Amino acid sequence: MTFRKYLVLAGVALFGSVGDSLLSRGMKEIGNISVAHLQAVILAVRNPWVVGGIVLLLAFFAAYMTALSWADLTYVLPATSIGYVLLALIAKFILHEQVTAGRWLGILLITAGVGFVAGGPALTPIAAHENLADHEPEVASIRGES
Amino acid sequence: MKHAYTWGAIAVIVTASVTGDVLLSRAMKQVGDVGELWRHRGMLTVIGRILRHPYFVLGMAAMAVAFFSLLFGLSWGDVSLVAPASASLTFVGNAAAANLLRHERVDQRRWIAAALVACGVALLAA
Repeated sequence: MTFRKYLVLAGVALFGSVGDSLLSRGMKEIGNISVAHLQAVILAVRNPWVVGGIVLLLAFFAAYMTALSWADLTYVLPATSIGYVLLALIAKFILHEQVTAGRWLGILLITAGVGFVAGGPALTPIAAHENLADHEPEVASIRGES
Repeated sequence: MKHAYTWGAIAVIVTASVTGDVLLSRAMKQVGDVGELWRHRGMLTVIGRILRHPYFVLGMAAMAVAFFSLLFGLSWGDVSLVAPASASLTFVGNAAAANLLRHERVDQRRWIAAALVACGVALLAA
């Protein structure tokens, strides 16, 4: 794991949580969308908060795909769940939502989980082997099976 | 009846997002280290390789199913049930699926991490 790779993981957590917060803020401005008027969701794209949220979620997706290209799924998911903690902090200090004792306990558990997995290897041997292998035969065999 | 619909939606969300994550992870492992590819072949090659990968397309389709099931689930049940239940079950489901299908070595450390995060997410969204 290089410093750049940790930066990508931080990007996954940061872009995801800030993007969600912007979307949430934008959708609250727009108000409830009834099931009978689902097309109203298209108008939401004119809201600058929603646009910002979408841009950040695209960045999140790019960072997530990059991380999955060199790390296991079971590493990336817990390691980037620190984003849930960021989301709670944004909710409390910027959106001024109530953060209850139960939620702080949740934050504590997530932080413990992140610490647990971040100390281990990012890529396990079998997945690493697949990464190096020539993929053509594998793809062919998958097509043959299905 | 509404209760059954809500849990049905949660089951679909969890199944679809676990399927999507496993497929996307598999696609990206086969595409290779994006940072390296970018440096040697350029951005367009990387994006083209990802978008043309069949597992990537299937993974995106599964993610779309998960997203719309979430919208349906939210219209039937409370957000405080649907969001934490689906997020925490997805964490545990992903650990199991990665172990069985992706052959990632999900050791004790990762199981504990998945369980801690799942409990944390459930508490956070409660």
